[in-house]
Amino acid sequence: MTVTDNTTNRLDSLGASGDGPSFAILDEESKREIRRALLQAVAVPGYQVPFGSREMPVARGWGSGGLQVTLAIVGPDDTVKIIDQGDDEGVNAVNLRRLVVSSTGIPETTEAREASIIQSRHRIPEDELTATQTLVLQVPVPEPLRGIERDVRELARMHAEADYSRMWVSLYEDKVRNGVITQSTGYPCLVNGRYVVATTPIPRWDIPRLHMSQFLTLFGAGREKRVYAIPPHTIVEPLTFDDVPFEVERIEGAACRLCGSTDSFLVDSSGEVDSWACSDTAWCRARRSQG
Amino acid sequence: MGLQRHRMVQGQEVAGMRGPSPIPTPDPVLTVNGLGKIYGRDDAGTIDRTGSDAGSARDPITGAIVAAWDVNFEVAAGEAIGIVGESGSGKSTVLRCIAGDLEATSGDVRLSTHMEGRSNVLLADPATRRRMRIDQLSVVYQDPSEGLALSVTAGGNIADPLTAAGVRSFAKIRERASELLSRTEVPLNRMDDIVRNFSGGMRQRVQIARALANKPRILLLDEPTTGLDASVAAGVLDLIRGLLEELDLAAVVVSHDFSVIEMLTNRCIVMHHGRVVESALTDQLLEDPHHPYSQRLVSAARA
Repeated sequence: MTVTDNTTNRLDSLGASGDGPSFAILDEESKREIRRALLQAVAVPGYQVPFGSREMPVARGWGSGGLQVTLAIVGPDDTVKIIDQGDDEGVNAVNLRRLVVSSTGIPETTEAREASIIQSRHRIPEDELTATQTLVLQVPVPEPLRGIERDVRELARMHAEADYSRMWVSLYEDKVRNGVITQSTGYPCLVNGRYVVATTPIPRWDIPRLHMSQFLTLFGAGREKRVYAIPPHTIVEPLTFDDVPFEVERIEGAACRLCGSTDSFLVDSSGEVDSWACSDTAWCRARRSQG
Repeated sequence: MGLQRHRMVQGQEVAGMRGPSPIPTPDPVLTVNGLGKIYGRDDAGTIDRTGSDAGSARDPITGAIVAAWDVNFEVAAGEAIGIVGESGSGKSTVLRCIAGDLEATSGDVRLSTHMEGRSNVLLADPATRRRMRIDQLSVVYQDPSEGLALSVTAGGNIADPLTAAGVRSFAKIRERASELLSRTEVPLNRMDDIVRNFSGGMRQRVQIARALANKPRILLLDEPTTGLDASVAAGVLDLIRGLLEELDLAAVVVSHDFSVIEMLTNRCIVMHHGRVVESALTDQLLEDPHHPYSQRLVSAARA
């Protein structure tokens, strides 16, 4: 018993205040380490920075990378919005949001305009984001060249030398085999004319909004222990041939069955024919309430 | 004695002229001086204890392998030089050291295309050397899987060096790929098939097409027809000969096969246990080899 008491006392004395768990789950050292990695990522846009991915109360592959980024940058004055696909009510989004809110006491919102930090898995909100907002994307596979090369040393060399010809070959092959470039989510983009990044897993629809954006985008891959960033006002070019224009998803004649929108990213909502709905549910709801 | 006066045979100076090549080459595109590659631990005596005269490339004291040593030659545009010798004589080692696949132990290699020949490319960093491979120097390997991605289409394999050189037009890539594949006699209806489904001869033609994609000045061919059956090999040889004449390339052809060397090259060097034992005009070498090893090699080929 004495041993246990001593241990508990010692553990208590290690905490900053000793009165319960730390703000935003992570200890300050861990946050600092992640923030250092993020600073490097912002300084070298598109470069994948390794970081010591922590064990999180969510499994790796369930947004643990994005969560760590959010927890490392969140402060008491922030307001957070967390979505899965475009939906604030997705099970994973709800769980992650509860975790962030309960460990920080900060307010949550579903309105993209009100949030200072937006953590997302598959989408950038339809609302135009501003310079005061940070987008945190959960990334399953941070390596854009993974499909064409497995050797990590070779991958490091290819990035170091900006040797992306095999990426171009894969786009060429795609176009030859399928008549179009079929890659939909996670479309590879050249950031700041230097590094190719995986924009996983946002759809093509959202890609143009990363280009010369007002907001900072931070990518966190928990399983693969990498963060990278697209700072505001950075050139982001989807890789495509000069004579094969990059096109975003668009379904001829489709409109949201709820709000009637034809200029938002639509998803098949019920499995029935022609039952398209906005992927960004909060945006759709706002549109409806405005009439 | 005519031209023979200029011939150089290892160990003796035939006509008092010892140099990188028997005939001085005007404006060489590729210059190789003192190229050497040693594996393992060597000491001051290693070079003397190895080579053709010693009868082995392996140093009996230290165990070092002198795969190639003191190799010198020059190649001008529109000229092809052969490197001939038995398996293990060091000829492919020389080629791979020039190409940058292997790190040379010593030597000086200059390309007129790289800093106008003012810099030894062996001292360039790996990234620079890889960039040379995009549009200055290409290699055709014996094994097409070394020079090609087998799971990629013929056109895609050509797209690789083109995109590396900055071509970003899909139409231009298609056009250049068709042009190259027609030139190397690959049926255009196979342009969009993956190379793994191609025959050996066809793979080799695709590899040649790819090597020529960015119009390099230098082409290194490592046993380009070994492994192909005789009739297919003859077709590929005809193609290579035509290309060498047409494109004004500086070429180095490595082969153990005298018929390949005879057909493609004007001059050649004979390697034995890592050393150049003779260097001569190709037809002279075949008619009148000087070094005992060359004599054995030629008589074996002629038998």
